[in-house]
Amino acid sequence: MTNLILARTQMAYSLGFHMIFAALGVGMPLLMLLAEGLWLKTRQERYLKLAKTWAKATGVLFAIGAVSGTALSFEMGLLWPRFMAFAGATIGPAFALEGFAFFLEAIFLGLYLYGWERLSPLAHWLCGGVVAIAGAASSALVVASNGWMQNPIGADLLRTNPAAMDVVGVLFRNPAWPIMTVHSTISTYAATGFAVAGIYAWGALRGRTDALRLTALKLALAVGVLAALVMPVTGDASAKAVAVRQPSKLAAMESQFATERRAPLRIGGIPDVANRKVYLSVEIPGGLSWLSFGDRNAEVKGLEAIPRADWPNVPVTHIAFQVMVAAGTVMPVVAFWYFWLLVKRGRESALRPWPLRALLVTAPLGFVALEAGWVVTEVGRQPWMIYQVMRTADAVTPAAGLPWAFAAFLTLYALLGTVLVLLLNRLRHASEGGT
Amino acid sequence: MQLWYGLDPVMAIGAAMLLAITAYAVLGGADFGGGIWDLLATGPRASLQRQAIARAMGPVWEANHVWLIFVLVILFTAFPVAFGALSIALFGLFHAALAGIVLRGAAFVFRANTAADSAGWRTWASVFGAASIITPFLLGTALGAVSSGGIRLAGGATVGSLAAGVSVNPAQAWFSPVSLGIGALTLALMAYLAAVFLTVETEGAVQEDFRVRALGAGVAVALLAAALLPLTANLSPLLWQHLSRPQSAPPMLAGALLAAFSAWAVGTRRYKLARGAAVAEVVIVLWGWAFAQWPYLIYPDVTVYQSAAALPTIKFVLDALPFGFALLIPSLWFLFAVFKGHTRV
Ligand code: HDD
Ligand code: HEM
Ligand code: HEM
Repeated sequence: MTNLILARTQMAYSLGFHMIFAALGVGMPLLMLLAEGLWLKTRQERYLKLAKTWAKATGVLFAIGAVSGTALSFEMGLLWPRFMAFAGATIGPAFALEGFAFFLEAIFLGLYLYGWERLSPLAHWLCGGVVAIAGAASSALVVASNGWMQNPIGADLLRTNPAAMDVVGVLFRNPAWPIMTVHSTISTYAATGFAVAGIYAWGALRGRTDALRLTALKLALAVGVLAALVMPVTGDASAKAVAVRQPSKLAAMESQFATERRAPLRIGGIPDVANRKVYLSVEIPGGLSWLSFGDRNAEVKGLEAIPRADWPNVPVTHIAFQVMVAAGTVMPVVAFWYFWLLVKRGRESALRPWPLRALLVTAPLGFVALEAGWVVTEVGRQPWMIYQVMRTADAVTPAAGLPWAFAAFLTLYALLGTVLVLLLNRLRHASEGGT
Repeated sequence: MQLWYGLDPVMAIGAAMLLAITAYAVLGGADFGGGIWDLLATGPRASLQRQAIARAMGPVWEANHVWLIFVLVILFTAFPVAFGALSIALFGLFHAALAGIVLRGAAFVFRANTAADSAGWRTWASVFGAASIITPFLLGTALGAVSSGGIRLAGGATVGSLAAGVSVNPAQAWFSPVSLGIGALTLALMAYLAAVFLTVETEGAVQEDFRVRALGAGVAVALLAAALLPLTANLSPLLWQHLSRPQSAPPMLAGALLAAFSAWAVGTRRYKLARGAAVAEVVIVLWGWAFAQWPYLIYPDVTVYQSAAALPTIKFVLDALPFGFALLIPSLWFLFAVFKGHTRV
């Protein structure tokens, strides 16, 4: 295998791995904070128990997030040295600011996790607040670096006259940033909320239906559904932005081979790149034109308008996009139905097997959508690493040892992931007794 | 050159990076040292020693670890070409260090959440200890490698020369006696720091245990430093040239005196004093290395100036530092005041 394929796979694997913990690192602090806040307000012991159990899990997850993130910072250079040498000065400021956010997050998480006895309840809760805010801020800031790779304004100056770069402007006044950052930061709450709710649904199916766990389920699902409601709206805005700035990505997402007016929205389907056709999709005439440009007759640029060598991988981008949207549709529907049951039919019917099984189905969907969304964004950007400025193939490391590094990281992360799941499972059991 | 508040901005950002390296060496280093003593915990109080280490590290190690990320971020933001070249030249070494960093952190939290003395606990304890030894050793050899002259950039410090121009002579870069010696010295210093810090945070017999360990590590530091000097003379022309200058004598003497002073303070159970002196010793060693290295980032082809990013970036990072630290310093103070004020076994 070539270095390029290995490096791309290692990058995707490391980022996909980090992203799970990063998302939980943003989402879990909010849940802890809500639970502890409810305890402060009502002084009901179960809320405190909840906050403590969640804090324990967060401690482990955060550590894995931190070390995998550190690995990523090295890997950016280890895998893509020429990219970092070229663009480090431009995306670096985002990471520098993110570094401060990490620092605050790590400091206050230490205080939160170990400070139950040493801090007053309010001070403790406020420490948790800093963790939650710093986590969200670090997510928002790091995405600026990715936003620049999608929409690299000022990249030509970087070649010709870097002293004239507007460092802040290209990252934070980059129109790609706000919309990506809102969509992706909120997605972490959706992913966390549904996953946690699903875990309690699983427990409930095994008969663990006490008040503590039902509260946990409701709280997590409420956070999840509020976030999931925003996803289609911000997702639509993302798609409109992609339509303008990255026509090759939009065409791949939608398997739009021809340039046409009244382009249809294709739902599902399997693209056949060789014959430039899509099988088994449902088409809504004019739908894509309308969603992308707000006009059913607008012209959508198809892949045919783009040199063949510059196409991203169409099936992967298309299918990942369908998966994200499908998950984004199912999640709020199921959650609303569940809350409706709970409110209208009462606790008994909400704890029956079918509703709980539905929550089990939605449990991984937030993470599925989140990973799929990043696949759309990153694979859809190919073959460019910096869109239309630097090709991925031109950035890859010439180092000879890549296959070894790749195999080692594959093994290491697989091992860590497995151990972690086993461990968290026990943590849950450890909190079993009582209530 | 444009100045930044009257300072040379490249030198200022280089100094900021050195400060971050120093903070990581002292704070993160003590955590690595804790791992070493965890692995080497022996005698009737082995488990008390381990508990003291875990208690000392638990709340702070993640914050201490962020200093490494700072170093890295400043390196790739302010000196992108050097970062690219190092990433190619030290590909294997960095990957191995990364595996160590990942395993150390993961093993520490995994162990903390496993029933004490179970089979799983013992596995993670060994991984934690082994990774705490390998990682600082490798990072130390990396410092040696950039001074060794074994990493060359044929086309000079430019983005273009990274494609084919980076060559490494491993025997000169990281397998050289000097680099291995610097790695070993790093390890011994971390062990010394950790043992001294732990004497401040423990009492009674456990405190005596760490006192003995501190003295042992102090002897190792002295022996390694004494062995490194002649090696440097033969094998590392850059470092030797700087270290043998007359103006290098006072700091080197100061370093030796501080080491002796700190060991004396440990010996006579003046632990807080010993802690201060141990920190100062690490600072002197590291800064001594940095001054000997100046102005090179990678000797002899990449200087700080050649690989510096354009001014707007450097100024942005410099401008951000005071704001960031205005938030961080009180926070760090709070963290250490809450947990280090009265940790007791
Ligand atoms: C819980 C997760 C989640 C859910 C339910 C959705 N998304 Fe999403 N989406 C993400 C999580 C995500 C993400 C992982 O966070 C991405 C990757 C990059 C980014 O900024 O957000 C993303 C990217 C992303 C992009 C590409 C942006 C770019 O490349 O710049 C588009 C067009 C959409 N999304 C559209 C949607 C639509 C129309 C949804 C309708 C339901 C949707 N997303 C639900
Ligand atoms: C959208 C993408 C990303 C998001 C939302 C994100 C978010 C986070 C969050 C919230 C953390 C805190 C640790 C945790 O909660 O588990 C974290 C840790 C970290 N991330 Fe990421 N990250 C992203 C991508 C990256 C990338 C691309 C890099 C580097 C190239 C990176 C580097 C780091 C580092 C160094 C840490 C460790 C910080 C510490 O020690 O506290 N992250 N990330
Ligand atoms: C700030 C955040 C991020 C940065 C700076 C970043 C940067 C990069 C870089 C440098 C590459 C390699 C070059 C390339 O293939 O073009 C890459 C590829 C990739 N990234 Fe990201 N990334 C970020 C977030 C993410 C996240 C969170 C995920 C997934 C969960 C992700 C998924 C991928 C995938 C799948 C690829 C491989 C694409 C391919 O080669 O076809 N990225 N990213």
